[in-house]
Amino acid sequence: MAPVSRRIFTPTPPDRPRFTGADAIIVLIILCLLAAGIWLAETAPVEVRGPEISLEVAALPFYVLLSVGRMAAAYLLSLTFALIYGYIAAYNPRAERVLMPLLDVLQSVPILSFLPVVLLSLTAVLPEGIAVEIASIVLIFTSQVWNMTFGWYQSLSTAPKELREASGIFRFTRWRRLKTLELPFGALSLIWNSMMSWAGGWFFLMAAEIFTLGARDFRLPGLGAYLQTAANAEDFVAISWGIAALVVVIVILDQLLWRPLLAWADRFKLEMVESDAPPESWFYDLLQRASLRPWIARALEPAGHAVEAIMERLMPLPRGLDVAENRRSATEWVFYLGALVAVPAGVFFGGRLLLQLPLEQWLDIALAVGATLLRVVAAMAIALLWTVPVGVYIGTQPRAAAVLQPIVQVVASIPATALFPVLVLGLLYLPGGLNLAAVLLMLLGTQWYLLFNVIAGAAAIPLDLRYTSDLLQLRGWPRWRMLILPALFPYLITGMITASGGAWNASIVAEYIVFGGQAYQTLGIGAQITAATAVGDYPRLLAATLAMIVTVVAINRLVWRRLYRLAETIYRME
Amino acid sequence: MTISNGKALVELSGVAQRYGRGEKRFTAIENINLTIREGEFVALLGPSGCGKSTLLRIITGLNLPSEGTVRYRSVPLSGVNPYATIVFQSFALFPWLTVEANVEVAMRARGIPAEQANARAVQLIDMVGLDGFEQAYPRELSGGMRQKVGIARALAVDPELLCLDEPFSALDVLSAETLRGEVLELWTSGQLQIRAVLMVSHNIEEAIFMADRIVVMDKGPGRIIAEVPVTLPHPRDRKSDAFVALTDRVYALLMGQTQPEHVEFGTEPGQAGRTRALPRAAVTELAGLLEHVNSTPVERDDIYQLREDLGLDFNDLQALIEAAELLGFARVETGDFIISPLGETFADASILARKEIFASRLRRLPFFRWMLRMLEASGERALRRDVLLTALERDFPPDEAERQLDIASEWGRYAELFGYDDSQSRFFLEERDGQ
Repeated sequence: MAPVSRRIFTPTPPDRPRFTGADAIIVLIILCLLAAGIWLAETAPVEVRGPEISLEVAALPFYVLLSVGRMAAAYLLSLTFALIYGYIAAYNPRAERVLMPLLDVLQSVPILSFLPVVLLSLTAVLPEGIAVEIASIVLIFTSQVWNMTFGWYQSLSTAPKELREASGIFRFTRWRRLKTLELPFGALSLIWNSMMSWAGGWFFLMAAEIFTLGARDFRLPGLGAYLQTAANAEDFVAISWGIAALVVVIVILDQLLWRPLLAWADRFKLEMVESDAPPESWFYDLLQRASLRPWIARALEPAGHAVEAIMERLMPLPRGLDVAENRRSATEWVFYLGALVAVPAGVFFGGRLLLQLPLEQWLDIALAVGATLLRVVAAMAIALLWTVPVGVYIGTQPRAAAVLQPIVQVVASIPATALFPVLVLGLLYLPGGLNLAAVLLMLLGTQWYLLFNVIAGAAAIPLDLRYTSDLLQLRGWPRWRMLILPALFPYLITGMITASGGAWNASIVAEYIVFGGQAYQTLGIGAQITAATAVGDYPRLLAATLAMIVTVVAINRLVWRRLYRLAETIYRME
Repeated sequence: MTISNGKALVELSGVAQRYGRGEKRFTAIENINLTIREGEFVALLGPSGCGKSTLLRIITGLNLPSEGTVRYRSVPLSGVNPYATIVFQSFALFPWLTVEANVEVAMRARGIPAEQANARAVQLIDMVGLDGFEQAYPRELSGGMRQKVGIARALAVDPELLCLDEPFSALDVLSAETLRGEVLELWTSGQLQIRAVLMVSHNIEEAIFMADRIVVMDKGPGRIIAEVPVTLPHPRDRKSDAFVALTDRVYALLMGQTQPEHVEFGTEPGQAGRTRALPRAAVTELAGLLEHVNSTPVERDDIYQLREDLGLDFNDLQALIEAAELLGFARVETGDFIISPLGETFADASILARKEIFASRLRRLPFFRWMLRMLEASGERALRRDVLLTALERDFPPDEAERQLDIASEWGRYAELFGYDDSQSRFFLEERDGQ
């Protein structure tokens, strides 16, 4: 488990700790996209009424199906995107120089602040029902896709050199190389990242199915809308049913999809030794025994041949192994040309919007960034306090791990946003209630990344070091200081990088909520973004979003990258 | 099959491989002219870092040389050579495919239909003696068996040129020996379509045992220094006088002759001329070698014998001997290692005395003179590691520069010439009394 989690949770290779020209260009491009969306959004219909959401329990299965369908559509989109994007980035050095920094910034972007822009610009060009559906899928997509893309890109660039050379000397076409080497090698990473992505997707699905923008009330029938409506109506029975349905769906997916996949993918690990505890799945064993299997395989064979033929043509023999494909392709020229037109237009439009913003509002935004930063730090501190001891316990006690690990995994995939309405109900009337609730939501959404990493880190402490510490009678604080904390350090850093990113993102749903028809908000950049969205104040939305992007990217570069590098050089256990 | 007068299969002329550009330009191999003829078993022999694997990749078309041409049957090579195949040092088997599928995949990639590929795979697996293991996964096999799969896979594509990239060095002694015999039998029986074999090796006996011709390479930059024909009939007897004499001769070639000091030491990093790379030798092992040699009754120790006694990898032993020569502890003559009076003193000395001897020798080396001067010139008498690394990258490729600094760091810290602060990644001069 340990080496696998290590590879999977590893973020981008930290090769550029400072801001570069590429970063500036990328932030500009995002500004352009945002500005274009806002421009389209201004032409959207003024009033929209969504369908009624029924709180009947009987409606739940139908809602669940719709939500799972949305998740699946977004996931397939993410998978396709990740495979293609990662492949191009890994094999085209010229494209890589743009694509990887772009990915790095995109994953720091507050996804939720894009929703109104996406939604409104889509309603301007599409029928409203379809637009809302597509917007929710796009939103979920943006929450699922980045880590999968990174994982796939990393698998491609770390595939063993000798296997790559063997593919070359035996003249594999790109397609054969993909299915013989790259997909098997990347399978474990893809599956683990897919699991993480589904968890992330649930989080945003809850927010993506209901959206109120002034007089425009967008909603989609689904589990998320059901829970929100139930919370708004303070209907605890419906809330309980909704959460129960969610848990059931998560457990079913875990048992019927992810566990079998993991058990199946165990063959794709690179280690040349048999593992003593391979992942198990009752459902996978069942499938293995099914007599229908060869029959289905035979039925699918003609289709398989057709796909083979097409793919062999699409992905022919590579030209050379080390010959970088360095020519400027036609697509590249189109890209440059497009950028040449779009960037000035976007900068002009975006700049005009930003200039409308009075100075006081900029100061407000700066203050809000500071407030959210404090909240993020608080959430991370609390998460560290409990996950480190618990994670170390689980990681070093194999028996505890066997029992607790599956439970923790299921609990972790329950989206914090589903519980949030309940939390708010409980906390709203306390002094500083929303403040507390916001920190709590960030915590709920992000502590799991930390916990998983701590478990993996603790499990990876070499046994001989633990024995040595026992022999030296290292106990209590000295043991933590000499052995456990240094060993955990790289894992803590990787966990915290992911967790802090998630916490910033969560601030958008956490700091401003509409409850029982009334809006509650606290000081914070997330509240700025949501409030600006609610009243259609686009200059402020743009400014706040940009402020958040710049802050998150800056923290990543200035703090996390440095710590990560330190972790990689000094505290590595290899 | 002895000396071949067959048609030229592979011809290399003026081949060089350079990496990087500008000041960081590094030459891996240079001025390689080599012909491999039909019916020949050629071994490429040399220390690690001499570019023999690079050369193999150029010959098979996996890498493009930066200079020179590679011809195959008189046709210039562009891209991977379809008539060549490689048996890899690390086997390069796909762990998720069965033995059979690993062999089949090579044939399927060449458009051979599934049934035919399957039949041939079964036949080849049988031929290498893995009958019954068709459905096993590589991780269930021993190293020797895995390499047999590698060989079966290489043979599956009916290659004309079979390349072996240190094929036995990842195996245990017994498996390696068995497999050597089996490969030789495959080759000499003449059943296969293979026209020539090219083997990369750093094992001298292995090369003499198997090859018809040994191409000896040296590093800095990688180049061919000699070609030695081997005309002994198969099967070769390692104990025979002719074999032993040939072994000594190749050892002598590889160990080089002692050159005048200014050539031997090279120039300081950053200055014109070649900077002599520090051999990758650990101080404790160097001391161990000298102690051992000092304890043997003879004056001249046969290097071949030393290797047997100490159970060292040839590469490691060579690095140790090079270090001993560089520091004046010993010299090498016609395959013999001769310890110097200084080396004897070192071997007998106490730890502190050893450190002093070591320090005085290091101060003579341009590499350390340069490092000490750099450290003294900096205001704090300390320098960050990356500063030195950047400077070294003018003379060495980045990996090697890093390695050189690691070696220098180990030697220098042993000799107490300077210290290294790990937490700040910097080298510093120790404060001395009276300074």
